[in-house]
Amino acid sequence: MHEALDEPVPGGSRWAYVFGSGLLFILVNQIVTGICLAFYYVPSADHAHATVGYMQKVVWGGRFIRGLHAYGSSLMIVLLLLHLAQTFLYGAYKNRRELLWMAGCVLFLLVLGMGFTGYLLPWDRRAYFATAVGTNILAEVPFVGGFLKAFLRAGPDMGTLTLSRFYVLHVFVIPALIFVLIAAHVFFFRQAGAAGPPLRPEEREKLPTEPFFPMQVLKDFLCGMLLILGLFLLSALRPVTLGPIASPADSTYVPRPEWYYLPAFQWLKYWSGSGILVGIVVIPLLLFALLLGIPFLDRSPERRPRRRLLPVLGLALVGVGVVSLGFQSAWEDRRDPAVHAKLAAQEAAEEEYNRAPFEPRELAPAGAAAVAAKLSPAAAKGALLFENEGCSGCHGASGHGAGGLIPLDGIGSQPAAALQALLRKPQGKMVEGGMEPSRLSDAELAQLVAFLREALKDKK
Amino acid sequence: MSSGPSEPVNREPGLGGQGATRRSFFGVLMAAVSAAVGLVMSVPVARFLVFPLFGSRRASDWIEVGDASGFVSPGPMRAEILVRRVDGWVASTAKRAVWVVRREGGQLGVLSDVCPHLGCGVPWRDDEKIFHCPCHHAKFDPSGRLLGGPSPRSLDPLPIKVENGKLMVQYQIFRNLVKTREVIG
Repeated sequence: MHEALDEPVPGGSRWAYVFGSGLLFILVNQIVTGICLAFYYVPSADHAHATVGYMQKVVWGGRFIRGLHAYGSSLMIVLLLLHLAQTFLYGAYKNRRELLWMAGCVLFLLVLGMGFTGYLLPWDRRAYFATAVGTNILAEVPFVGGFLKAFLRAGPDMGTLTLSRFYVLHVFVIPALIFVLIAAHVFFFRQAGAAGPPLRPEEREKLPTEPFFPMQVLKDFLCGMLLILGLFLLSALRPVTLGPIASPADSTYVPRPEWYYLPAFQWLKYWSGSGILVGIVVIPLLLFALLLGIPFLDRSPERRPRRRLLPVLGLALVGVGVVSLGFQSAWEDRRDPAVHAKLAAQEAAEEEYNRAPFEPRELAPAGAAAVAAKLSPAAAKGALLFENEGCSGCHGASGHGAGGLIPLDGIGSQPAAALQALLRKPQGKMVEGGMEPSRLSDAELAQLVAFLREALKDKK
Repeated sequence: MSSGPSEPVNREPGLGGQGATRRSFFGVLMAAVSAAVGLVMSVPVARFLVFPLFGSRRASDWIEVGDASGFVSPGPMRAEILVRRVDGWVASTAKRAVWVVRREGGQLGVLSDVCPHLGCGVPWRDDEKIFHCPCHHAKFDPSGRLLGGPSPRSLDPLPIKVENGKLMVQYQIFRNLVKTREVIG
């Protein structure tokens, strides 16, 4: 701890260095609010949307906590990009910082993965269709694409198993990897020390150093406070919304991903046919390989951006390209009146749903009540007798046994009089099993027998 | 934006004097602000987590049992009611049985069929003219009063009213195994 605080910062503290610790502040926010959300969330297609709606509309402060988590994820992407750009421009991946840089690149992918997996979890229309498109992209990968998509969706369609997988990835797998990589990232940082400003090595060596604490810590701290304040204000003033539940049948829905996936979304429009492989596999992989491998390509000790035109221009080109793709996507949606109107209508529907009071999810009646719903009135009364007289204790909720209980399937094929006689005076194995003579009135016994004859007619 | 290298900077940590004072001042300041922000942040989190304990619990609905004039039998009559229950984000409707009885004064009463002992459903024994719990043989008279057995109290009466000729009941769940009646849901 003391070592970390006294870590010398060459050239003194700077505001340019705050992004890394800013990310840690947001990470803490994501963990705390994420654990909160997990208290109410159920990752299953028939409950996920209701639980998020319940949090949004019923639980105290639910909308606010969810807002902190949702806006936090966006803020994390912003900070990551700034952190990456700053490190890149300062050439801070050089001089024994290769592993530090590479761990950071992998963290970048993992955070994007968190965004992708978390986006599906509310299971509203927006989430459903954005993920439908996202997972369809995987299918374009040659050879293994079909398998990858099916594996991620747990089948050809998206459903409760998909949600379960995304949940496990979002809550267990990716966070675990993120923790490991952050540990590595911080470890490598401590090994290499702070990189300092991008000057010539001989100039940098002459620079006075300042310990990490207090000035750099103070700057990081102020930045963190500002971020938390921003998140609080955003969540309070512009609460997150939840749309109507996902409905695969709604084929008119126009899906749009979260803002940070818009460039990728737009990029895909330009590739079709055999070129699609280049567009969605070759180029993205190449770019990531370049990013990951930049410390090995840009090997000179020179760190000044002006003297490293090729990498700096490359980054600028990719940056401008990505940003303009994003704007292009937004602009196209605005320009096309049909799409524009549809998106506006979707948004209005979402806001309307969001304002409507919470409706608890109706559970289908279970056990005897469910059986009773399909029976004649006499047999329905009998079903309740079956439950209340303790019959279900030994024969299962609807007489089908299971779990070591004694099934009565097929018993209903016997004549009513025979069944009534048996219930009044149990025989052989029944007595051995502890069956007692029924003391129901004749009318009730007739109802019980009616139930047996209607519900347990067929042998298994 | 940046405090460049030209700005005076501390040479070495822990040199004492002014540096040490400034360092400890900032340390205390940041710790205090962190604590304050943590405290502020813990308020929505705490509210979010304790919600189920204090969230508004609605009084149970009035549920129709049947025509009040239809309950003419002198002995207890079994009636089935549909009870709607909201548990967090799910709602369910389940059938429950209640006993419509004549109280001592002759007016209608509705009893829960749940034994106050361990919660078994209590049936009416027409041959014995008593309520006789099949589990541990608690016995109650036709108005629900405890006659014997392990039950700590008589069968639990439910709030009723007659509206437009219909007998209505509020379904309640009671704590079992205690002498004094206590509504728990």
